[in-house]
Amino acid sequence: MRKKWWKVLTVLLLTYSILGALLFDAPRLNILNETIRNLHFHVTMWFGMIILLTTSMVYAIKYLRSNNIDHDHMSVEFANVGILFGMLGLATGAFWANYAWGEPWSGDPKQNSSAIAMLIYFAYLVLRNSMSDPLQKARISSIYNIFAFATLIPLLFILPRMTDSSLHPGNGGNPGFNAYDLDSRLRMVFYPAVIAWTLLGVWIASLRIRVKRLRTVLED
Amino acid sequence: MLEWRQKYAINGIILYLASTVFVCYLSFNLKTGVVQPVTWNALFWIIILFTAVNSISKSFIQESQGRLLYIYTLARAEHIILAKMIYYSLLMILLSVLGFLLYSLVMGNPIQDFPVFMISAVLGSMGLASALTLLSGIASKAQNSSSLVAILSFPVVIPLLLVLIKCSKNAIDGIDRSLYYDDLGILVGINAIIIALSYMLFPYLWRS
Repeated sequence: MRKKWWKVLTVLLLTYSILGALLFDAPRLNILNETIRNLHFHVTMWFGMIILLTTSMVYAIKYLRSNNIDHDHMSVEFANVGILFGMLGLATGAFWANYAWGEPWSGDPKQNSSAIAMLIYFAYLVLRNSMSDPLQKARISSIYNIFAFATLIPLLFILPRMTDSSLHPGNGGNPGFNAYDLDSRLRMVFYPAVIAWTLLGVWIASLRIRVKRLRTVLED
Repeated sequence: MLEWRQKYAINGIILYLASTVFVCYLSFNLKTGVVQPVTWNALFWIIILFTAVNSISKSFIQESQGRLLYIYTLARAEHIILAKMIYYSLLMILLSVLGFLLYSLVMGNPIQDFPVFMISAVLGSMGLASALTLLSGIASKAQNSSSLVAILSFPVVIPLLLVLIKCSKNAIDGIDRSLYYDDLGILVGINAIIIALSYMLFPYLWRS
C-alpha cells in the first residue's frame, strides 16, 4: 500500500486522461456531437464505482470469514468511495443529459436504477450508524453489504436492458459507445481514464483506512 | 410462530390490509372499475408491499431475547431461517390472496389472464417474505429497528417489485404468454438469489 509508483501512475494517468478528454479529437456522432467527451468522466465514474463496490463486498465476505476488524475498515471505506463515485456519476450524467436529452432527469431506466443503488448504500450507512458496538456493527453491516450487492446486480445490469425505452446511448437504437461507435481515438483516453479514476478511488480509500487504523490503535 | 401465539397479531394484519385497501378506494373517490389498469396494478403492489413490511418486520423484533435464546439452543440457524421464510411466504400468499379479493371487490377486476397474475402474486409474496425476513433479522440487532426495516428493505425490494409490476401488468392486459416468459424467469431468479443468500448469511447473523 505504501509503494509510491502507483500514486505517480495515478497522477500521470489522470492528467493525461483529463487533458486528452478535453483536447483530443473526438468523433462527431448525431445528437451527441462534442458531448461525447463526457464519456471520459461519466462512464469512468460508473466503472470505478462498480469496481470499488465489488471490492467492498469482497472485504465484507472476508470479514465474515475471518472476523478481522481490519477487513471491515476496508469494506466500509471502499463502499464510501464507491458512493462518492456514484454521486459524481449521477451528477455528471444529469449535467450531460441536460444538453443531450433536454432535461437533467428524464426517468431513464438506468438513471432510476442508479438512484435506487445510491439509496441502498445510504441505507447501509444509516444501518452502520445505528449501532454502537463496533463488532456487531461490522458483522451486521457486512451481511447487509453482501445482500445489497446481490440485488445491485439485477438492478444495474439486467433490468435496464429489459426495457426498450431507454434513452441511454447504446440502448434502444440510440447511437452509443459500443463496439461500432467507440472509436480508437476515444479508447486511447477512455481505458487509461478508467484505470486512473479507479486508482484515485483506491488511493482515497487507503488513506481513510490508514486513518481508521491509527484511530483504533490510539483508542486501545 | 409469533402470529399463532398472539392471535391479535394476525387479525391486526388482516385489518390493516382491509383498511389500507379501503383508504385507497376512498381517496380515489371513484366508482368501481373506473381506475386505469396501470394505477390499479401499482396501487395493488404498493398495498401488498406495505402489508408485507408491517407484518414481517415483527418476525424478529417482537420476539423476546429469552425466547430467541431458547430457539437458539433447539435448532440450527439454517433450519430457523428456512422455517421462518416458508412460514412467512405462506402467510404472505394468504395475505395477498385476501388482499386481492378485497381489492377487486371495491376497485373492480381488470385482469384478463388470471392464472399468470396468480403465479406472479405467489412468486412476489415469496420473494418479499424471504427478503424481509432476513432484513428484519438485521434490523432487530440495531436500535430504532422498526423504521430501519423500511429504510433497508424498500430499495432492496425495488428490483423485485419492478419485475412483478411488469409481469402482472402483462397479465392484466392479457398479452400472449410466450412474450414474457423471460420476465417470469427473472422473477424466479431473483427469488432464488434472495433465498440462497438468506440461507448463507443468516448463520452469521444468528451467532451474535
